[in-house]
Amino acid sequence: MSALAQAPGLEEWHLDLHAEGIRGDEAVAHLHGLLLRAARFEVFRRRGSLPQLSAVELDELAQDAADDAAVSVLRRLDDFRGESSFRTWAYKFALLEASVKVRRRAWRDREVTLEPEHWESLAHAGPGPDEDVENAALLEAVRDGIRTALTPRQRQVLVAAVLEGVPIDVLAERLESNRNALYKLLHDARRRLRAYVAAAGFPEVNE
Amino acid sequence: MTGRDLDPTLKRLLGSNEPEIGCDECFEQLDRYVELQLAGAPADELVPGLRAHLVGCPACAEEHESLRALLELDSVS
Repeated sequence: MSALAQAPGLEEWHLDLHAEGIRGDEAVAHLHGLLLRAARFEVFRRRGSLPQLSAVELDELAQDAADDAAVSVLRRLDDFRGESSFRTWAYKFALLEASVKVRRRAWRDREVTLEPEHWESLAHAGPGPDEDVENAALLEAVRDGIRTALTPRQRQVLVAAVLEGVPIDVLAERLESNRNALYKLLHDARRRLRAYVAAAGFPEVNE
Repeated sequence: MTGRDLDPTLKRLLGSNEPEIGCDECFEQLDRYVELQLAGAPADELVPGLRAHLVGCPACAEEHESLRALLELDSVS
């Protein structure tokens, strides 16, 4: 018995995805059914962000997500190592495709402001007039850090993702990048900002 | 950071100093992590850095919530 076949949670039908002919076709159809179930679950779970779409249009979005997920799963079959059940492993592809499509559709007609000056809106996110002086100083250090410690690209992504609330997939599409690369950029920006703020007298931000 | 009730926006700007994995690694580990969670296993110890990533990345956090919810639904249907 192979290591794969000994893996916990193995579902026998998964092996038929490698097969030729009717067995293979039936396994692919079964896979697509699972992926469509997951994609519908995700699309309808997030339907509040797409109030303009009818139930039929939402289902079309789910169908598209399931189709794309099936391509990804079949392309990556050999990556499945049995560290979870095959069903769970396959589900995550459908949830990813569906959630990205929902976010992009929700933002399709919305302007994404990539003007770094918008970090000034942070003034409204800080302490109110009754807050203590130390909090006001922290806010000022953060604003200074955004202004002086970040690269223009880091400032652009941090402001868009955090202050403007632009989903990272939408940002990646507009900036012709990808989620992983943009998150790394965001992570580096946060680290640099924490270092600046810590050096400005707030070492607790690095604890 | 501790000892200060930081504004949520400032928390999201500053992020956490905890070691964390990236989005691609999160996707690779997500199925295993959620199954460990549902089995009551110490998922955060067994998949280090994933929890911190979910705190910092709203998109991956949504997909984690959805996978968990879908598996929970499967378990009762």
